Amino acid sequence: MRLPLSDHRYGEHGVVLPPEAQDRHDDADIDLDLRLAMYRKLQEMRLFEKRAYDLFMRQLVKGTSHLSLGMEAISAGFGAAMRKDDYTFATYRGHAHTLARGVPMTPVLAELLGRSNGLMAGKGGSMHLTSVEHGMMGSYAIIGAHMTIANGAAWSAQYRGSGQVAVCFFGDGTTNIGAFHEALNYAAVYQLPIVFVCENNLYMEYTSIADITAVTHPAADRAPAYGLEPIVIDGNDVDEVYLTARSAIERARGGGGPSLVEALTYRHGGHSRADPGKYRPDAEVEAWKAYDPITIYRGRLLRIGVEESTLDRLDEEVLGAVELATEEAIAGDLPAPESAFTDVWADGGSSWRS
Amino acid sequence: MAELTYRDAVARGIAQEMRRDENVVLIGEDVAGAGGVFKTTVGLLDEFGPKRVIDTPIAEQAILGAAMGAAMTGLRPVAEIMFSDFFAVCWDIVVNEIAKTRYMTNGQVTVPLVIKTGNGGGLRFGAQHSQSIENWAMAVPGLKVVTPSTPEDVVGLMAASIRCDDPVLFFEHKGLYATKAEVPDGDVVDSLGVAKVRRAGSDATILALGMMVPRALAAAEQLAARGIDAEVIDVRSLVPLDTTTILGSVSRTGRLFTVEENPRLLGWGAEIASLAVDECFWDLDGPVQRITTPHVPLPSADSLEDLVMPSADSVAATVEKALQP
Ligand SMILES: Cc1ncc(C[n+]2csc(CCOP(=O)(O)OP(=O)(O)O)c2C)c(N)n1
Repeated sequence: MRLPLSDHRYGEHGVVLPPEAQDRHDDADIDLDLRLAMYRKLQEMRLFEKRAYDLFMRQLVKGTSHLSLGMEAISAGFGAAMRKDDYTFATYRGHAHTLARGVPMTPVLAELLGRSNGLMAGKGGSMHLTSVEHGMMGSYAIIGAHMTIANGAAWSAQYRGSGQVAVCFFGDGTTNIGAFHEALNYAAVYQLPIVFVCENNLYMEYTSIADITAVTHPAADRAPAYGLEPIVIDGNDVDEVYLTARSAIERARGGGGPSLVEALTYRHGGHSRADPGKYRPDAEVEAWKAYDPITIYRGRLLRIGVEESTLDRLDEEVLGAVELATEEAIAGDLPAPESAFTDVWADGGSSWRS
Repeated sequence: MAELTYRDAVARGIAQEMRRDENVVLIGEDVAGAGGVFKTTVGLLDEFGPKRVIDTPIAEQAILGAAMGAAMTGLRPVAEIMFSDFFAVCWDIVVNEIAKTRYMTNGQVTVPLVIKTGNGGGLRFGAQHSQSIENWAMAVPGLKVVTPSTPEDVVGLMAASIRCDDPVLFFEHKGLYATKAEVPDGDVVDSLGVAKVRRAGSDATILALGMMVPRALAAAEQLAARGIDAEVIDVRSLVPLDTTTILGSVSRTGRLFTVEENPRLLGWGAEIASLAVDECFWDLDGPVQRITTPHVPLPSADSLEDLVMPSADSVAATVEKALQP
């Protein structure tokens, strides 16, 4: 039931947990090696971001950054379903999306630390991670803008007949900005090979999406208005995400046009580093933390016969890799001062006089 | 040589580049079937077909976003924003995305994109369809800003803009669309960042852009009749800026006048005046003078619009007064 806005009491919106059915994808048609790779990716994202948080607390990572702790299954599932040359467009909450494309941890961490060995040599920072060579076409910090840009990459793929697909991630809050609506109509009109993925973590910054949106599912409920199917999935179950991603990407690649997927999830922490996330009811946070994507997936892998020791070994390997990446990243030099003046223009420089 | 309108020159320039490079595509509202609201893209759909010449929804953010994404991934789009006033609707994509992406990605991403638009006043369209916004664009690092004033320049600068690997904002002046001049046959390709001396003179340098160029030239004729020999320079490209030609002229004549259609505050003439003071102060024989539209939105009534925009008479009067001993 919807209440008029004046009747909303902050902190009393319903908990939109997906139905508890942790074994529903135990028998899914997914190769075991791929499942182990996704498990490893989940851990990599988790431990990487925990490390980033520690470095922030030690004041080595400056500015702000937005973690996706608790939301990793969406990046990992889509990453596993994408072709190497497909395009990712992400938001300022893009660490996991970047790692999902196989970008190594060291340059990503070095970028957060503002070092010359960073992914963009310190000129982008946490909110703008980009690695064209990995199909990571950028992380965008203005709400919704990148949905229109992702359309352009999809259009170019369609024009060139390259078979590439663009996958564009955004949050629930983004569904209320004009660019979202312009982008969806545009993609549908030209049947672009694109998959829009709403990571619905139930909050925009500090405000519950339920308090400021007139429909229950901010993305999926609007999809039919653009001629698209409404798709809501459990975004904490990496197998469910992978299966959805596989079919949406296949459809886009085959000329079937765009899809809009709403994946329900939750961030364990606040919106950004500065935010303790206290506006959320304790019970809601507890319930979602118990429904953690890594816990769920570990349970499934054990049920289908993977040895506990195999998973422990993977965990340890990832931890070792994060330690190494930290050392390598911190060892990087500060960027050369001259680099502040490069690459405004395609000739590499910044001169505005001819 | 054939005589061409400024309006037809736009399509000629785009067609020339579309023939040369199949990655050049055109998108915008009404650009295909209708040939553009200003008829600047007539014939392109017939020649290049609907895959390359595309009518879009009224969605300026979606248009420029798509153009940018395509430019990042191998195409060379020309996107039309119907009236330059509408840039306000998609300014985020222009400023935060198109302009900055190359820098933020440390050169990984290049955005070879032309955004063409109908700019400027004089047609009694009122304050939401008449603005000169080149000074908005010039203030943003990462954008090139071009404003042709003749049909030949339209073709040549359009070609240069499409071939440029940086994003270019291409300001067509609505008030010039119907003007006509000879354009050489064959491919015409110009260079960005080159100002042109339209009339040589020794007593004063008058800088102008777009529709202010013919007005400055008319003013120079009036001044000549009164014994003042003014040099008129068509700036053509605000970014990159041809400071060599501009400051060279100022050093010779000792006097600088800028004729700007944009509202006064922070117009491009202020930047050039500051450059002149920085770099050729000792050559100046008097203060730099800016002739601009005052700091008001453009009115619609013809008598009022004419009153506020710089005219040949007001330019001539300002120069004459300043040069009086
Ligand atoms: C146009 C614009 N308005 C406001 C902001 C400030 N802002 C940054 S993140 C955010 C919330 C976005 O929420 P959502 O889309 O749900 O994404 P999430 O952070 O949950 O991933 C806001 C309002 C912005 N970056 N851009």
